[in-house]
Formats: sequence, structure tokens, C-alpha cells
Amino acid sequence: MFVKLSRIIKSGLINFWRNGWLSAATILIITISLVTWTSVFLSNVVLTSVLNVLSEKVDVSVYFNLNAKESDILTLKSKLEGLGEVANVEYISRDQALKIFKSRHTGDEVLLKSVDELGDNPLEASLNILAKDSTQYTAINSFLNQDQFKNVVSKINYTENKLVIDRLNNIIRVLRESGFLAGVILAFIAFLVAFNTVRLAIYSSREEITVMKLVGASNRFVRGPFLIEGVLHGAIASAFSFAVVVSGIGFIGPKLLSFIPEINLVNYVGSNFWSLLFFQTLGGVALGVFSSWFAMRKYLKI
Amino acid sequence: MIRFENISKIYNSHSVALRSVSFEVKPQEFLSLVGRSGAGKSTLLKLLIAEEKPTHGKIFFDTQDILKMRPNELPFLRRQIGAVFQDFKLLPKKTAYENVAFAMEVAGKSDEEIKSDVPKVLDLVGLKDKMNNFPKQLSGGEKQRVAIARALVHRPSVIVADEPTGNLDPINTWDIIRLLLKINELGTTVILATHDKEIINALEKRVVSLENGSVIRDENPGRYILS
Repeated sequence: MFVKLSRIIKSGLINFWRNGWLSAATILIITISLVTWTSVFLSNVVLTSVLNVLSEKVDVSVYFNLNAKESDILTLKSKLEGLGEVANVEYISRDQALKIFKSRHTGDEVLLKSVDELGDNPLEASLNILAKDSTQYTAINSFLNQDQFKNVVSKINYTENKLVIDRLNNIIRVLRESGFLAGVILAFIAFLVAFNTVRLAIYSSREEITVMKLVGASNRFVRGPFLIEGVLHGAIASAFSFAVVVSGIGFIGPKLLSFIPEINLVNYVGSNFWSLLFFQTLGGVALGVFSSWFAMRKYLKI
Repeated sequence: MIRFENISKIYNSHSVALRSVSFEVKPQEFLSLVGRSGAGKSTLLKLLIAEEKPTHGKIFFDTQDILKMRPNELPFLRRQIGAVFQDFKLLPKKTAYENVAFAMEVAGKSDEEIKSDVPKVLDLVGLKDKMNNFPKQLSGGEKQRVAIARALVHRPSVIVADEPTGNLDPINTWDIIRLLLKINELGTTVILATHDKEIINALEKRVVSLENGSVIRDENPGRYILS
């Protein structure tokens, strides 16, 4: 058993070396496929991050009557926090609202003086509500419109922003779906190209496979060296692909960071270095081995 | 040792390769299968090494019915039959030594046996000094001698040679035939398919003549006579 295995491995290594250009071409195509797969994956990471950033920009504010008790507002806040749809609720008291207003209009003396002359703080306390998903604002709005809150709530800005929120939700949904679909199609095309390259390489060896079988080799003994070649193609291609991806991220990452500060691809690759390397190698080896195994089936039927 | 019983091979209604062929090959016999191109010689040998299956009939190797063998049993049958082909069928990316060693490796022989036997067999066919050459670096006659060495190395009980001299010049042709005779003298059954009249008449061994897929003559010793 060990002797047969060592012969299969040795034969696979020798074939890999002697096949020279064919091995190089196969590695190149698998590398391109792996780079495409990883790019599709990382593009999806970027797209998801961009969409999350966009979603976080959408929130709903509830304004309270000037005579609403703070305790009532805080009760509503804790009720809102108990809802499954709500990610975060921020309370802005009347005093804080005035402070924000003043700092926002620093330098506008006329406006600030007018506020001072009123004597009393004219601004309402509010709750800024961030949903876990921007499609959940309708449910949150329905919750706030209950009769029990009518005497404290003065205004909910959801109705005013509904059109913008709905439009943004549609854009996010279309982008997520089309991004996923484009990724799947691109990954499948990359797989087909690599698979057909390996199929052509095996096709060029079909006579050899027949001869091996006629000399008395078992299917395992014939298939083994080709699978070893597949492992080598995949492993080397994944190393090349990883080098290309890491260099690419090193180049694109900082540019993207200055454009969208929330997305740090360099950090992402840094913190997922080993898992990215592992999945690239796994993908490369699986692609090489599966393609060889599948492409050989019909030539072994002798 | 080998028995063909009512073997027919029909590809389609316009192409019938063999029609009810029956004969037996005895141990240590040297048998020539003769006939024009398309008479069915190669098809018969392909059926014997289970490269193809007959439409009707049975083939026995010793007591085994070849047609009843499972796919995983075929390698064991093929290791008992050494095959030599007109187009040599060497593995192009292996050296002469590796081509011969491959037949021993598949049979599970030890590295020591391979290191000891392969040079001896290559010496027997006169190629000891070219054992590290690849097939493309060998002449037609040399390639065929490597193929014979490969067929011979795991000591099969039968060697089937399908037009082994078809691509060779007269000098190489007679070298190969003398080699096959020598192998036969050492106790191995040889089945030689050829349409070379001169060789058959010189051998004075058993001759089975095929025409349009049927056996028309079976004589021992026989001559090359076709209607």
C-alpha cells in the first residue's frame, strides 16, 4: 500500500515536471480563476460594507411635546430598545438639542440672540432610532403611532423621509442581489475556464491512459499521478493567486480608504490572512483535483 | 489455455468484424493469426485483452470466462497477457527503463525486483545502453523492442503481438520475429497477428487464417494461403 502510494506520488511529481509548458499553462489558468474568485469575494465584502454604511445613514427621529416628561420619554426609549427591529436609540434632551443648535449656528449672532430672547428653550426632546435593517422603519413607525404615545409625541419624521428611505432600500436591495448574481456568474465562468483547461490537458494524455490500462494498471494507479498533478497545479496556483491578491489590495486598499473611510481592505486582509490563504489553497487544490478526476472518468472505462 | 467459443463482433449491420469464431490455443504454442486488413485479427486480440467486448460468444483464459470478469478484475487478466502493438503504444513521457518498469510497478513488484529485472530484459532485447532514452529518441525497431521488453518483464503466460512488424524495415522485422521465437522457446505462449506472407511461411508454426471475420483455415504447421 505504502509502496504503491509512494510510486503514485513520485510518478505525479515526475509527470508534473516533464509536462513543462502544459503544467505552466494549467497553473496560469487556475491562478486567473482563483484571482477572479477572491476578487468576487472581496468585492462582495466592499459592497456589503458600502451598503451597511449607507443603511446606517438612514434613521428615524421622534420629537416630543415640550411638556412631555423625561421619564415618559425614557420609558418609550427602553420599550423601543426591546423591539427586535431596533439596533440603537439615542436620547437627545431639550437642553442637549439647544446645545447642538447653538454649536451648529455659532457665529449667527442674530439667530442666537433671538433664541436667548425667547427666554424659554423652544426645542423639543427627541429620540433618534436606528433600525437593524432599513426596511424595518415601517414597523417602528407603526409602533410609535400607537394611541398610548399620542399625547407625548409631537412629530415623527418617518413620513417626511419615507420616499427617500424607500428609494434607498430599493437601491440597496438591487445592488445586493445583482452583486451576488454577478459574483456567482463570474465565479462559475472562472470555474468552467479552469475545468476545461484541465480537461484539455487530460485529453492530450488519453492515449497514455489507455496504454496504462492495457498494461494492467488499476484505475487508482492510473488516476493517482494525475490527481497529484492536480494538487500541485492547485497549490502553486493558489500561492501565485494569493501573491497577486495581496499586492492588489496593498495598491487599491489605501486609495479606497481615502474614498470611503469606513472600509479598510488592508486591515481586513491582514486580520483574515490565514483564512484567506487556507480557502485559496483549498479552492485551488479542489479545482485541480476535481477537474482531473472528472475529466479522466471516460478514458478509464477500458 | 485460451479458448474462443462462437465469437461474433458486430459493430453495425454493415460492419461485422467476427462471425462465430472458435478455436483453442494450447500452452507454450506459437500461433499466427493471418488475414488481410479488416479480416478481424486485431479485433480478436482486443477481445482477448478485454479492450472490447464481443457481441456473442465466450472467451476463456485458463478457466476464467473473460466476459464475466468485473472491471476491477481486468488488470489482473492483463498482467497475465503481455501485449505488443503495431504502433508500439509506449508512454511518451517515460524513458525506456521507466516504460518497462511501469509494467512491474502496476503488478506490485518490489523496487529491488524492478532494479534487477528491467536492465536484464532490456539487455535481452538489445537495448541496455539506451534505457534512459525517451521513445522519441528511439528508432521504430528500438521502440518495438522496448514494447516487447515491457510485455515480457512481468513473465506473462501469453504474449499477443498485433502486427508488431508492420512499421519496421526487413532487418528489424526479423529481429523482432527472432525475439518472439526465443520467448516462445523459453515457455511463453505467443499469438502473432500479421499479414506478412514471408514471415508466416518461414515460421512453420500453427496458422489460423481469417477472412471477412470467419476462420477459413487452421493448420499446424500452416502456410499463408488466402482465397
